[in-house]
Amino acid sequence: MSEFLFLYRGGDSSGSPEEMQQNMRKWVAWMKELGDSGHLKAVGNPLEPGGKVVKGKQKSITDGPYAEAKDMVGGYTLIEAKDLAQAAELSKGCPIFEKEGFVEVRPIMQINM
Amino acid sequence: MAPHAVELDEHLFRHESGRMVAALTRIFGVHNLALAEDVVQDAFCRALEVWKFRGIPENPSAWLMATAKHRAIDVLRRERTARTFAPELGRLIESEWTLAPAVHELLGPAAIQDDELRMMFSCCHPRLAEPAQVALILHILCGFSTGEIAAAFLSSNAAIEKRITRAKKVLAGSKKLFELTAADFAARLSAVHRALYLLFNEGYHGASAESAVRVELCGEALRLAGLLRRHPMASTPATLALGALMCLHAARLPGRVDAAGELHTLFEQDRSRWDIQLITEGQRLLDLSATGSELTEYHVEAAIAAVHARARSAEETDWGRIVSLYDMLMAIRPSPVVALNRAIAVAQHQGAECGLEAVRAIDGLDRLAAYPFYPATLGELELRRGQTDRARGHFCSALALARSPMERRFIERRINACRE
Repeated sequence: MSEFLFLYRGGDSSGSPEEMQQNMRKWVAWMKELGDSGHLKAVGNPLEPGGKVVKGKQKSITDGPYAEAKDMVGGYTLIEAKDLAQAAELSKGCPIFEKEGFVEVRPIMQINM
Repeated sequence: MAPHAVELDEHLFRHESGRMVAALTRIFGVHNLALAEDVVQDAFCRALEVWKFRGIPENPSAWLMATAKHRAIDVLRRERTARTFAPELGRLIESEWTLAPAVHELLGPAAIQDDELRMMFSCCHPRLAEPAQVALILHILCGFSTGEIAAAFLSSNAAIEKRITRAKKVLAGSKKLFELTAADFAARLSAVHRALYLLFNEGYHGASAESAVRVELCGEALRLAGLLRRHPMASTPATLALGALMCLHAARLPGRVDAAGELHTLFEQDRSRWDIQLITEGQRLLDLSATGSELTEYHVEAAIAAVHARARSAEETDWGRIVSLYDMLMAIRPSPVVALNRAIAVAQHQGAECGLEAVRAIDGLDRLAAYPFYPATLGELELRRGQTDRARGHFCSALALARSPMERRFIERRINACRE
């Protein structure tokens, strides 16, 4: 088993209260499914939308986010899967796709000493 | 670890939205209604982001309210010099010592119940037409988006948007929320009754073909009528009668549309599908409403529904009693639709011939010109007299007026019945 990071990018979470409740229900159900099938290593965290970017030799500090809002990372989850292909397949169940967001699937580097 | 999957109450977000907007508007002042809505939307976005990962908390309502409370305190702190807030907050917001405790107090459970009621009364502002009052109640207190209201009313999004925007302007311009101690409490209460009655009817008789939508609208009307009943001043005989009428009608909803989505008249409904609990509750409220000197249309309509609820079949119904109740209703609130329903009862009581005569005698028949159940009633009565050709003609007119696929299929079945 290898580990992968799901980065949730973009996705519009606004809507009517009923739509938001439906959206939430789908996320909770999806996370539960990942957990029940043994693929959820760590549920991860949501990230605040704002932030700072520190850059250059001068270490200048500017307001983030640096990427466009539609690509911004809104949260992450640690996943266990057989390989990258399976991890990518697992991400297909994420409700973020209904809200114009996407999932970035990144393998955690394996260190064999 | 996966977050635990606590199931949320159905429509929790919608209902909490109404409670929170009402409570925050109380604190911010009615002119800051939009600000209250923003704070609530923020709280939901936050809940969505956190609950996705952490799962649903033990007490979701308290979580949402606490989040909204923090936001509210932030807003008050940040904008206390730039904006004016509710006058009753007064100088409490000027000091850090008093700001948070004041907000906690104003967002306590007891205060919120009154806030919802105040908002309900405020939405029934005399400067607003009844459809605007209903739309505003659905939007603010029931948490429906304009799109969802438009879908329920088979109206365009733009039309509902316009109606709600205008109504909000009137509300925001009304200086303050309606006070439950106001001198015109009784007059406003009767406007609230009317609005809730219309809301219920929109669900019960409305145009939306989707029975889920209709049941939801009826459910909201029942919930808001329940809020009225829990307040000692608002729990008048008319309020109880309105609650009785809603329960007794809602009890028939499961029989009105079957599993296949087909509409059934009172005469053909499977009465075993009626909701006994709602009938019992309706009868209890009707008994309680029989005090005081005022006989309202709600009393009479509830009494009619109670006669139906007691009868095991259409044939075993006390139609004589129903005709006399309709006579009473015509005296209190005459309308062509009430007169048409009276004529149907007359036909049951004294035969189709008398029923047709009663239809012909209706005042303002032209106002029924677009109502599909007017020609459908004529068709039904002609069919009973054996005049199948005439009956078919009436049903065809009704078909042209049908407002939904469900009504259309219902009338087509009647046209087919003319062939048998």
